[in-house]
Amino acid sequence: MNNPFPLSREGLLTAYRRMRTIREFEERLHVEFATGDIAGFVHLYAGEEAAGVGIMMHLEDHDRIASTHRGHGHCIAKGVDVKAMMAEIYGKATGACAGKGGSMHIADLSRGMMGANGILGAGAPLICGAGLAAQKLGHDGVGITFFGDGASNQGTVLESMNLAAIWNLPVIFVVENNGYAESTSVDYAVASDSYVDRAAGFGMPGITVDGTDFFAVYEAAGEVIRRAREGGGPSLLECKMIRFYGHFEGDAQTYRAPGENEANRQHRDCLKIFTGKILEAGVVETGELAVIDSEVADLIEDALEGAKAAPLPSAAELTTDVYVTY
Amino acid sequence: MARTLSMKDAINEALDQEMGRDPTVVVLGEDIVGGTGSPGEDDAWGGAMGVTKGLIHKHPGQLIDTPLSESAYIGAAIGAATCGLRPVAELMFVDFMGVCLDQIFNQAAKFRYMFGGKAETPVVIRATCGAGFRAAAQHSQMLTPIFTHIPGLKVVCPSNAYDTKGLLIQSIRDNDPVIFLEHKNLYDRETDVPEESYAIPFGEASIAREGTDVTIVTYGMMVPYSLEASETLKREGIDVEVIDLRTLSPIDLDTVFESVEMTGRLVCVDEANPRCSIASDVAAAVAQEAFGSLKGPVAMVTAPHAPVPFSSALEDLYIPSPERIADGVRQTMGERSS
Ligand SMILES: Cc1ncc(C[n+]2csc(CCOP(=O)(O)OP(=O)(O)O)c2C)c(N)n1
Ligand SMILES: [Mg+2]
Repeated sequence: MNNPFPLSREGLLTAYRRMRTIREFEERLHVEFATGDIAGFVHLYAGEEAAGVGIMMHLEDHDRIASTHRGHGHCIAKGVDVKAMMAEIYGKATGACAGKGGSMHIADLSRGMMGANGILGAGAPLICGAGLAAQKLGHDGVGITFFGDGASNQGTVLESMNLAAIWNLPVIFVVENNGYAESTSVDYAVASDSYVDRAAGFGMPGITVDGTDFFAVYEAAGEVIRRAREGGGPSLLECKMIRFYGHFEGDAQTYRAPGENEANRQHRDCLKIFTGKILEAGVVETGELAVIDSEVADLIEDALEGAKAAPLPSAAELTTDVYVTY
Repeated sequence: MARTLSMKDAINEALDQEMGRDPTVVVLGEDIVGGTGSPGEDDAWGGAMGVTKGLIHKHPGQLIDTPLSESAYIGAAIGAATCGLRPVAELMFVDFMGVCLDQIFNQAAKFRYMFGGKAETPVVIRATCGAGFRAAAQHSQMLTPIFTHIPGLKVVCPSNAYDTKGLLIQSIRDNDPVIFLEHKNLYDRETDVPEESYAIPFGEASIAREGTDVTIVTYGMMVPYSLEASETLKREGIDVEVIDLRTLSPIDLDTVFESVEMTGRLVCVDEANPRCSIASDVAAAVAQEAFGSLKGPVAMVTAPHAPVPFSSALEDLYIPSPERIADGVRQTMGERSS
């Protein structure tokens, strides 16, 4: 059968499974958060899956990513264990960070996931470090830093773009532009109309893509990642996308236009757009996707049950791991 | 006339009254209005905690939403303060000071001294502080000792709504840079607050509870916790005096010395990490100036030397609790802790 896509059938199903897993994870968190069982700040990635997965489909464990406060999707796309993530969000001893980090600080360095981050723009300098290490250690790993339209205004991001450019680092700056920083519009807060122009100011290539279109992200990411791997230096990739929920769980979202969320769900759902394309092309069948859906639902259910049943950290953990040795 | 007001509303009222009194007072920060440039409601947020909600309608032109660029807008507030404005800049969480610290400690704090007394920098930097929100390591710190360490900065950390209003008004009228730290777990607590404007001078501790056996010196969230511990101890026959420092720089040590001279016992309670903390600072000052009055060793009840953990099980152990404070007092009374 003719496959018009840049991924194999298996690749398409893997991408679907990852996006579906993120969606299910976030939708369940949305529901569970409302029960009051989950503490702290939780920022959901629902609606933005195509960007994270479209990029991460090109990466291996020795490729590093530096994530944001909205990090669950990046974690899942990079292969962090979903059960460990859920347990972390519930503050349990079995969590990815032993319950010490929570939603905003999930990390798994063995998978090249350098951490979600509570500080906007903090990932950009760190990923320059990942790029520098790859260069000096002589491997072909790349570093990807994600930041929102809001965080794109942090000095750290701009300093890092310059640093990456002058050192020709294998680093990609990914702007996840969902139009809002909390309640504030990108139109107000970002001076230039174009992130591509901003990239040009630092002498690096920039691409803007529709981040709700998995294939657009996948292709653009493939190009900039290949260039970085081959020693061609840094690039910027802007993904224009949609955040389905509020800034954090509990946000009343009065800054949105009436009907905005409903319209987004109807017309700009990246998962619907993706399935529409692959089904229409006849490369996969509805039944195959349904199987994945039910496997993913089981996985998330298991993760949730496991997280709820897991033990809390013991008191002794309060002062462990402050240092390696002291 | 007094009525009860939450700490949050006391801040709102202080800003409202000062902006009304003085058009050079401008308030700026991230989403302090909210919805700027967005299609929906204006005044959509009023700050991350809703503290500045409604002010834009009363003082259009005096509130400015900023991009997420702390270095630039905190610095701009500082620069504007040297050029005729009285900015009140909000840093959503004090933990974000790392992003803009140069503007605070190398610029604002040093202008007056470095320029031979020629500069005035009447800026207020408001920020939320403290643990107990399950907000983890980068959104829960106190950091009071870091600012207090720096000559040229004034540091305020109130424990109740009444003090908050008076100290914020003083901060805005003060001609030095002020770091104004608001404990997020105090935001909804109410006290009597007069409607009229009033300023509380810096460097005057308040005696939150009078007692004769032991002196607790503390500030912020640890004031209500120390008062709670004092009630428990009262039932054991221990009469505790609780001193609320209110401002950490300048610091009112005279009130501390007087109290210790009477009680002979000192417990320093600080939610910050213990090394080089407000607790250790007060303990050192008493050791230097009132050693002769001490009947026994000074006790410190603080957070551990560790970042703030996320898990509720650990965070509850991290924050000094009324129980741990009571234990600290018992220790100075020469009793075994329970
Ligand atoms: C240095 C710093 N400043 C402010 C914040 C508070 N904050 C957290 S997320 C956020 C909005 C981020 O917007 P954007 O970068 O567009 O990412 P999005 O939430 O839209 O994914 C803000 C202001 C922070 N965490 N760190
Ligand atoms: Mg955004």
